Amino acid sequence: MAEKTIKVHPPLVRVAHWVNALAILIMVTSGWRIYNAFPLFDFSFPEELTLGGWLAGALQWHFAAMWVLAINGMIYVAYGVLSGHFRRKLLPISPRAVLADVLAALRGHLSHADLSVYNAAQRAAYLAAILLAAGLIASGLVIWKPVQLYWLGSLMGDYEGARLLHFFCMAGLVAFVLVHVAMVLLVPKTFLTMITGKLKHG
Amino acid sequence: MDSKLEKHRGPLLASLERRLFLRRGLSLGALSLLAGCELTDDESVQQALTAMSRWNDRAQGWLFDPRRLAPEFPESRITKPFPFNAFYAEDQAPVVDATDYKLEVGGLVREKKAWRLPELYALPETSQVTRHICVEGWSAIGKWSGVRFSDFLQRIGADLSARYVGFKCADDYSTSIDMPTALHPQTLLALKYADQVLPAKYGFPMKVRMPTKLGFKNPKHVVAISVTNEDPGGYWEDQGYNWFSGS
Repeated sequence: MAEKTIKVHPPLVRVAHWVNALAILIMVTSGWRIYNAFPLFDFSFPEELTLGGWLAGALQWHFAAMWVLAINGMIYVAYGVLSGHFRRKLLPISPRAVLADVLAALRGHLSHADLSVYNAAQRAAYLAAILLAAGLIASGLVIWKPVQLYWLGSLMGDYEGARLLHFFCMAGLVAFVLVHVAMVLLVPKTFLTMITGKLKHG
Repeated sequence: MDSKLEKHRGPLLASLERRLFLRRGLSLGALSLLAGCELTDDESVQQALTAMSRWNDRAQGWLFDPRRLAPEFPESRITKPFPFNAFYAEDQAPVVDATDYKLEVGGLVREKKAWRLPELYALPETSQVTRHICVEGWSAIGKWSGVRFSDFLQRIGADLSARYVGFKCADDYSTSIDMPTALHPQTLLALKYADQVLPAKYGFPMKVRMPTKLGFKNPKHVVAISVTNEDPGGYWEDQGYNWFSGS
């Protein structure tokens, strides 16, 4: 049987993915150090997992990586919408299909024969990650500029509401990353595919 | 809200943190562990982070709308007790003698005469109930009354086209702000807290109240004001906290 190479991820998506991965790593680890300066809840993040050393250092990292995250995210979303990438890859999606595929995944029955097509569980997870990132950016902007962006803050309970939303969107996105990395470990060829963009079918 | 603020470990934490920071340098982060070096400590990394912080000063200057007011709240929303926060403990707040007190005015101003407290009390008074937001993340609502700073700057003949206003304090604290923020209608030379003469812990006899800046940009026990085109920096700013730190 002849070897067939399929193109799975366009170059822009791959570059945006890895720039985003680095930006999120910096945002989360520096964000945990900022959280530790005055914890919202009765726990702190282990210092060894945080970035910046002290509050001022963590804030410098957070507000530098913020630009990388925002610019990369805008390019990715503009491409996703304008090229039809989002529509092709993430839609259609129905709750019934998501439930069926999540159950199949838990039983280890989910097919990965064609990596160029996302199953419903993937579609839901990737859409959720995009929405969580949007929530993080919106609430982060309100925490940064509660006066200048008061209109945006009034949608989420002002400054203190934005702090809570920022925390819970972070928790959701970190949960996504953990599942995402676990899935890549289970189907390792997906890792290489996000680098080369190609998939060989034997 | 109150129970949350009781957990507040502000000044002790800040000083402890600073001591640890000084001892360890800018220490371990997740990335630096992965990279096998102390990333934030690396000189070129620190230069890049500082350059980004300067860029963020400029970006915040563009975002700042001099006419946009910080939201005001009904007095029923005031946080009680309003938290004390400084780089020292509450019982170490400076004791400023009301009769000896002089507010020095310098730099690019026409009238460099120092102000006595009764002269400040005689100026027109305005009040605000606004949210104070700390760089650590907590916030609290309080009521401040005093002299609109833009009126004061006009009264002393300040060069309103200068770039900075610097503040020096009786506790050796210092900070500085941009002129647009100095001229913002809610920027006050606050002489009262909750309709009472400002107590020592909140900055007797005068603190500069700016609801458009983070808490550490609101200096207490102010003894000198200067209008200048040279960046005066500040106590926390010189250690790496973002200079503009606007809301």
